[in-house]
Amino acid sequence: MAEFRLPANSRINKDGKVHKAPAGSTNVRTFKVYRYDPDGGENPRIDTFEVDMDSCGPMVLDALIKIKNELDPSLTFRRSCREGICGSCAMNIDGTNTLACTKSCDEVKGEVKIYPLPHMPVVKDLVPDLTQFYAQYASVKPWLQSKTPAPPDRERLQAPDEQEKIDRPSACILCACCSTSCPSYWWNGDRYLGPAALLAAYRWIIDSRDDATGERLDALNDPFKLYRCHTIMNCTEACPKDLNPAKAIAEIKRMMVEREHL
Amino acid sequence: MSLQSPLGRALGRGSAHQGVAHWWVQRLTAIALIPLTLWFVLRIAGLPDYEYDTVRAWIATGWHPVWLILLVGTLAWHSALGVQVVLEDYVHEKGIKVAALVTSIFLHVLAVAAGAYAVLRVAFTFTAG
Repeated sequence: MAEFRLPANSRINKDGKVHKAPAGSTNVRTFKVYRYDPDGGENPRIDTFEVDMDSCGPMVLDALIKIKNELDPSLTFRRSCREGICGSCAMNIDGTNTLACTKSCDEVKGEVKIYPLPHMPVVKDLVPDLTQFYAQYASVKPWLQSKTPAPPDRERLQAPDEQEKIDRPSACILCACCSTSCPSYWWNGDRYLGPAALLAAYRWIIDSRDDATGERLDALNDPFKLYRCHTIMNCTEACPKDLNPAKAIAEIKRMMVEREHL
Repeated sequence: MSLQSPLGRALGRGSAHQGVAHWWVQRLTAIALIPLTLWFVLRIAGLPDYEYDTVRAWIATGWHPVWLILLVGTLAWHSALGVQVVLEDYVHEKGIKVAALVTSIFLHVLAVAAGAYAVLRVAFTFTAG
């Protein structure tokens, strides 16, 4: 049956450590951060960090970096570009999947709760194992498949309105915020491709230069790969790039039904 | 522990090449259920009383048996598709899943047969008196 509790070794224990702000701090905020050490042999815990915001940048990522620099160097998380384009620092902040680098601490009321992306295996602390997520992306063949030889003297041309169609879907940074916010992906992530991979598939299905539309639709025509989507819309809600994977999936379903019935 | 490649696992057994019909029929039955259900609820609510003979007479009137059989069939079909999705979503233990899916189909077919039989029996045997 459906699992209503976390596996025994994933349940959070009560041994979270508390790191107080230095004496004399005036603008203190509390961060509750999920911690898991695979080598420690212990269950995950929630650590409490008090951060003096007067000496900290505005974003949640700034606070995490300050915590790592000044309070606990063992805190582990991914980050790179710090401007919302690499997708590395995707995590669950204040109950919503988003990028730590573009999420302002001021947007969160009270304690800032930070967890790894939901329902993924945790490598360490805030670092999820995204192997399956990337493999599902690769499985939709996210590259141009053309049966038309490229013009010898120039690039493959595309009309402005054709380019516009792929403009937004192409902006996906594969941060996994959408897929890991999707209940269908939680319960059937081994077979359901998830919103990110389906958005990528859609991006190539509607690309006017791509000649594999039929094969792409064939590959998605499956009760699990595509049709686990029940239009819950968490994906669109979560996307830190304001993309609309739910609409892309609905468009794929529409193209499927038009091809077969209309 | 498996040494299968992540891509191999993601590709799995490939596409089943079906799923459109399920999605399409679920929506067709949903649309059909709007007028059928409205008709049923409003007409039942509008009956003068709920005596045995009143209701039997209403069932046997004109086209009513046809609409009632369509209502039973469409409702069961829509429900069967929906229950299937719920089971596929939430039940992951193989044995229980197969048993539940099979049981659901049988029960829905039984509901259609029993419902249609009941309507037809009233329709063909009711005589005003």
